[in-house]
Amino acid sequence: MDNVLIEASGIDVSFGGRQVLHQGEAKVGEGEIVTLIGPNGAGKTTMVRVMLGLHTPDMGIVTRKPGLRIGYMPQRLNIDPALPISVIRFLSLGMSRGDVGHGFRHGVLRETGVEHIAESPIQQISGGEMQRVLLSRALLRNPDLLVLDEPVQGVDVSGQAELYALIRGIRDQRGCGVLMVSHDLHMVMAATDHVICLNQHVCCAGHPQTVSRHPEFVSLFGESVATELSVYHHDHDHEHDVHGDVISHHNHGHDHV
Amino acid sequence: MATSSLITTMGTIMFEDFLVRALLAGCAVAVVAGPLGAFVVWRRMAYFGATLSHSALLGIALGLLMGTHPMLGVLAVCIVVALLMGLRQWRVGFQMLSEDTMLGILAHGTLALGLVVVAFLDNVRFDLNAYLFGDILAVSTFDLYWLYGGGVVVAVVLGVLWRPLLSATVHEELAMVEGVPVHALRLVYMLILAGVVALAMKVVGILLVTSLLIIPAATARPLSTTPEQMGVLAAIAGCLSVVGGLWGSASYDTPSGPSIVVAALILFVIVRVLAPLRRSA
Repeated sequence: MDNVLIEASGIDVSFGGRQVLHQGEAKVGEGEIVTLIGPNGAGKTTMVRVMLGLHTPDMGIVTRKPGLRIGYMPQRLNIDPALPISVIRFLSLGMSRGDVGHGFRHGVLRETGVEHIAESPIQQISGGEMQRVLLSRALLRNPDLLVLDEPVQGVDVSGQAELYALIRGIRDQRGCGVLMVSHDLHMVMAATDHVICLNQHVCCAGHPQTVSRHPEFVSLFGESVATELSVYHHDHDHEHDVHGDVISHHNHGHDHV
Repeated sequence: MATSSLITTMGTIMFEDFLVRALLAGCAVAVVAGPLGAFVVWRRMAYFGATLSHSALLGIALGLLMGTHPMLGVLAVCIVVALLMGLRQWRVGFQMLSEDTMLGILAHGTLALGLVVVAFLDNVRFDLNAYLFGDILAVSTFDLYWLYGGGVVVAVVLGVLWRPLLSATVHEELAMVEGVPVHALRLVYMLILAGVVALAMKVVGILLVTSLLIIPAATARPLSTTPEQMGVLAAIAGCLSVVGGLWGSASYDTPSGPSIVVAALILFVIVRVLAPLRRSA
């Protein structure tokens, strides 16, 4: 990979003597979608927090491309109902003062498909709308790298597919790298260039199809899931969206571990 | 009647004098306590505010013991408590105790310690009630300088930090990734909160300081659609409570500090009852 945005290697993290990550590693290149998958407690969120600089690992290093702009979409947002704040105002909090105008915020909300709720109090929007608003705030920073922690949380199944399609579309249009956390295997496999399977350590990594055949992946997620995913990725010339329609395949020349 | 007896004993001119000082003092505190109280409500730090104010008595006692202005002692002790809590929050899973428990220990530990230290002040005339429930009618011109000086400092700091503080209140980690110095900000916020507690103590007393932070902000909530609006309306609600409370105190010869809090409470109830009507109208 010629243009690495962020790379973490040899990451060790433990909480209260219990090791949650050992020799964790992840790398995201320009225009690449990398997904961390793994069971609950596998250290996925911890890995992301380390890469974001929110948590200092016991060991290991994180290197970023100089001047890297990160747009972060947290897992959830719990704003106290006592705080009166509209969606559009919430978005302005992520920007430096007077940096970008009202129109730019509306533009990003249009891009994520939630312009109609711009003036709504943020506590009154649905789970799916909230994820799109959080994505909008990440995009407002015009990021080189999008970091999305469980981006489809609290979203129904058809909404999930749309959201993944949106993320892929954003990547295609903006050419930014994407680092995602998910435990939703089916959707992720279709929307990803590179999968890193975590279970305290890196079990396996590579192209979704390769990973889904890896023995460690099979033992972690079960034979049936692995088989299903392999079938799902039967062909490399095209991909399917959630309706079964064939959509074009993007070749980004990513490396396989 | 209580009103006439108050006027006849005090004399008209003096009545006006101390009442004006009381109004000026109360409004100075209410104006900064309003917006700062909004943050207390948004960040769910009501108990933290109460802890700071409970520890204030220890500050007063230490201040008197050392012969300095009691407000300096209060500020010092509140800062120490704020730092203890601020530093504590940097570490996860401290000693297997929740923040709530730690605040409880600090609040009542420092209050008790304060009462014990007070007992050693046998050569100083010490009016415990004045500190516990406020003594706004005894505010001197010198106190007013303190209140306005401190109020301006708090207002300026809050104004400068408003945006990043709001961002950190909405989502701390998101703000961190976006480059907001969240830890330093939290510490500064706790320190100005300590400052306001030290200022408000004179008005409503140690035991009621939190109410001056919480109630006006809660009153302002149903009337606001932006954070700034809520801050401003909380300041106004606070001032109205001071005016109403002092009027009630003078009219009915009731203790001034608690009267201000009762006025704030009445305002809160009125707004809560009327706000839904306004929306449906």
